[in-house]
Amino acid sequence: MSDEIKWKKESDMPLMAMSMGRMTVNKTGSWRNLRPVIEKEKCIKCGICWKFCPDVSIRLDEEDYPVVDLEFCKGCGICAVECPKDAITMIKEE
Amino acid sequence: MKYTIPAQEVMCSGHKACQGCGAALAMRYALKALGPRTIMTFPACCWSVIDGPFPYSAVGVPLFHTAFETAAVVASGIRAGLDARGEKDVNVVAWAGDGGTFDIGIQALSGTTERNDNIIYVCYDNEAYMNTGVQRSSATPWGAVTTTTPPRHFKKERKKDMMAILAAHSIPYTASASVAYPEDFIKKLNYAKSIEGTKFLHILATCPPGWRSAPEIAVQLAKLAVQTHAFPLYEIHEGRYFKMSMNPAKKPLTDYLKPQGRFRHLTEEQVADMDRMIDERYSYLLEQAERSKPYFDAKKETK
Ligand SMILES: Cc1ncc(C[n+]2csc(CCOP(=O)(O)OP(=O)(O)O)c2C)c(N)n1
Ligand code: SF4
Ligand code: SF4
Ligand code: SF4
Ligand SMILES: [Mg+2]
Repeated sequence: MSDEIKWKKESDMPLMAMSMGRMTVNKTGSWRNLRPVIEKEKCIKCGICWKFCPDVSIRLDEEDYPVVDLEFCKGCGICAVECPKDAITMIKEE
Repeated sequence: MKYTIPAQEVMCSGHKACQGCGAALAMRYALKALGPRTIMTFPACCWSVIDGPFPYSAVGVPLFHTAFETAAVVASGIRAGLDARGEKDVNVVAWAGDGGTFDIGIQALSGTTERNDNIIYVCYDNEAYMNTGVQRSSATPWGAVTTTTPPRHFKKERKKDMMAILAAHSIPYTASASVAYPEDFIKKLNYAKSIEGTKFLHILATCPPGWRSAPEIAVQLAKLAVQTHAFPLYEIHEGRYFKMSMNPAKKPLTDYLKPQGRFRHLTEEQVADMDRMIDERYSYLLEQAERSKPYFDAKKETK
């Protein structure tokens, strides 16, 4: 499924009300009061922060380090609490 | 990187769940196990909002919004349709809140279950009607405050034993799970996928606004619910044979209750009462698991 809905002609449309678009149009990063900041030096690349993010907002880079997707991260702080190495700090957004 | 849960993400970012929502985590894990060949039904519940407004969706699989009472039976109908078309490789999943399962959807669920229709029913239990602003349900635990059970009249009834009600229908598989133990949850879903008939999963899903707790401890709370024996993880096979998924040494109940505003009003004696009820239920489960041992031993041998 694509993020944007693209119908060229009327006949492309489904016969009943159907949601064809993805919620990735909704940039939930704007909800955030606190931002997770990861200290790479402390990180052991366990992936626990990735595992427990309810917003699918942490991905692992080519070297398996976690990267927060600030476009969607809501700043819940679960990743910071679950990190076994205290490598994630929540800092106030301006 | 060695993942302990599947790497695939079917559910996307941008959904409308509150910060630290256990129901969102539950869905993310469930879809990792189920994969894209899945059709879901949602009755009215938080998830009908979390998924997003028309014409957008977050689950990444076809989803049918049903009337509040009918998640199970609409799933039954979808399964019948797929059978008529000869499509065998699709998971049909009814996904409902505790209100939609324990209370208002129980009749349709009982019907589906009695016919042993080939679906997976997942109840994400946040222990109240959260979408409409925290009203008590029959899944709300004893002692909890909701807007309809305020502190002076906190809930005086025990949580309904939904697992036992489902098991009484003699369905092949009933299991409880938790968002704090995704590996266990996914293992259970994979087992549910592998067998025919009605499969019921009861998953505890933290709700920070409803439980009046901080969003960052959502996973910690779900873990403490298991560690304090308040929400035991177990399976019931063929409606009769019990198996504990884990049997952790009991932590003090207050570890679980203290961080939650919904239990703040309880006196020491009331917490002790609650603890007694929890222990009573837990020892019943242990007894059942003990009784069921020969069944699982025999199963192992025939493997
Ligand atoms: C027949 C009917 N009665 C009432 C409602 C209003 N309603 C919508 S969602 C909801 C609460 C659902 O609670 P639950 O099933 O526990 O799911 P949660 O919102 O907690 O995720 C209610 C009462 C409705 N949509 N339909
Ligand atoms: S703060 Fe919450 S939403 Fe943001 S990355 Fe961490 S777990 Fe995900
Ligand atoms: S949980 Fe902590 S240590 Fe593990 S990958 Fe994330 S930041 Fe690194
Ligand atoms: S009210 Fe609770 S269950 Fe509903 S979206 Fe918010 S955190 Fe999730
Ligand atoms: Mg609920």
